[in-house]
Amino acid sequence: MLDATPNRRDRLPNRPGVGYKPQHFNAIMEDARPVEWLEVHAENYMGAGGRPLAQMRHLAERFAISVHGVGLSIGGEAPLDREHLARLKHLIDWLQPAQFSEHLAWSTHDSHFLNDLLPLPYTEETLARVCEHIIQVQDVLGLQMLLENPSTYLAFAESQMAETDFLAEIARRTGCGLLLDVNNVFVSATNQKTDPKSYIDAFPMHAVGEIHLGGHDEDEDDHGAPLLIDSHGAEVVDPVWALYDYTIEKAGPRPTLIEWDNDVPDWPTLAAEATRAAAVLDKVTA
Amino acid sequence: MSKHVKSLAVAGALAAALTAHTTGPAQAQEQVKCFGVSLAGQNDCAAGPGTTCAGTSKVDYQGNAWKMVPAGTCETMELPEGRMGSLEALDRDLPA
Amino acid sequence: MNVNQATFTTAVLDPETAAPAGLTDPEGRPAGKRFSVYRNNVVVSLTSALETAFPVIHALVGEEFFKAMAGVFLRAHPPSSPLMMFYGTEMADFLADFEPVKHLGYLPDTARLELALRESYHAADAAPMDPETLVNLPPDRLMETRLRLSPAVRLVRSAYPITSIWRAHHDPAAEKPQMRAEDALIMRPEYDPTVHRLPPGGAAFIGALMNGNKLGGAVAAAEEAAEDFDLTQTLGLLIGGQAIIGTEEEV
Repeated sequence: MLDATPNRRDRLPNRPGVGYKPQHFNAIMEDARPVEWLEVHAENYMGAGGRPLAQMRHLAERFAISVHGVGLSIGGEAPLDREHLARLKHLIDWLQPAQFSEHLAWSTHDSHFLNDLLPLPYTEETLARVCEHIIQVQDVLGLQMLLENPSTYLAFAESQMAETDFLAEIARRTGCGLLLDVNNVFVSATNQKTDPKSYIDAFPMHAVGEIHLGGHDEDEDDHGAPLLIDSHGAEVVDPVWALYDYTIEKAGPRPTLIEWDNDVPDWPTLAAEATRAAAVLDKVTA
Repeated sequence: MSKHVKSLAVAGALAAALTAHTTGPAQAQEQVKCFGVSLAGQNDCAAGPGTTCAGTSKVDYQGNAWKMVPAGTCETMELPEGRMGSLEALDRDLPA
Repeated sequence: MNVNQATFTTAVLDPETAAPAGLTDPEGRPAGKRFSVYRNNVVVSLTSALETAFPVIHALVGEEFFKAMAGVFLRAHPPSSPLMMFYGTEMADFLADFEPVKHLGYLPDTARLELALRESYHAADAAPMDPETLVNLPPDRLMETRLRLSPAVRLVRSAYPITSIWRAHHDPAAEKPQMRAEDALIMRPEYDPTVHRLPPGGAAFIGALMNGNKLGGAVAAAEEAAEDFDLTQTLGLLIGGQAIIGTEEEV
């Protein structure tokens, strides 16, 4: 039962946050430092009741919460799933999170949900469709959402625009903010053989309301070229920290999330990643 | 049994159930917590399959594996392979 | 060449097809293994969701078999909703028809039990009623009363020893399952669902309550199902599991 509203709608602080995992509940309630806010995947809190919502009620009393959707399929060819959008509205109205974000990706086709963030070509047609969906989401939820840059593993021959231009145009047309995933920038740049710093330079930094950092895995493509995979299953690697440093130098401090979704470590290991992000933020805040 | 006597019997059963409840959890041994502290390391794991936005580099089993046979604890179950008679008529349309 | 999402979806789910033309590497060559990353993400993430959802089935058939079977299941039944917490509702029927495990007749009902546990876990919260209120009703009115059960209550009836099988995988000290029919009652006091084996007539009684029968009618149904139905025991289970949340009386 979604009774008492647990939270006021704060802004996320320009400090480190982490992706919330239930196994860390006790550690977080005891001493979360240096973590100052939490992000949750919207779809994991769409049950009717029970422990997930009870935990969220407690956490939202103490921490600003960011809701991160992984199932809306904003890049889908089909209209948005109204039922799912209604569930999302229900959650947002109850939790009153500081922020809501989703992905530049699609995951549902013909009522099959594929549980992955699938890529789309950057064309005028997809641009118009994504903008239409974002406007609809913002209308229904009554808030400004953030859209995240994806990790990509391949390219579409039909693409006409650079990803940074595509995202900048979405932000301009819809008024949405952007979520800059620095690990995704590094993964995609490696996979697409482009320069990650140039991507950061071209990114519409004024629209960035949140930054993500996470771990990735290394593989090779059919021709022996490096193929990085956005696995969220390990520490953030040094080159990504360096790119984060570069980003914060340019953009100033932003709310920064550590994402660790697979092979989830104990709390001290995760908190250590947040401490490292805090040190980067401190440099520009001081 | 008259309707009234039956009512008294049901009321009596209810009172007895309540007494058992307040004097101690008679069925405590029957309970094994499904998710929680009693199963270390499994707390909340059944909150439902987690939804994440991560990729994975684990390798899928793509081949046709249908020469495979189950090889887990079913080998030690020692249950007859046929279907046994039920204690009661089964009704699949029960509310779930 | 344009790649639409129907083409992409078909290729993601079918390991025999090549990556769609129009998907490339940075040099414009066919995407090849790069496309397989998406194919792999979909299959591995759904397989891992099924492992989390059906831990007892996973243990019963073993890791290797489960993974291979999940590959067949997820291609036949991809999720129809983004709520992964409820993925796998077709698993019981799938197991009943899946040739390599058809001889393990207890698998489908074990899967039903695991699904019911997840449903219970995520069901709406409901405060239990004070059972004293019931005791204070005059006996004749009590018989005309409907007991409202918590939304977290689930009943799974089986011709197989499903609660014993479930317990054998959660409690190392549990007895080995003996072949017999078992009816499972799931309740959720606070946040942790519990599994109970119901005594004879218990499932008929609780099923009747869930169908909106009055207490008197439910007792009659239970006694018809089992002569030795023990009302005290079954009510004790419900009270102990905080499963009774209110009453409704006919005016």
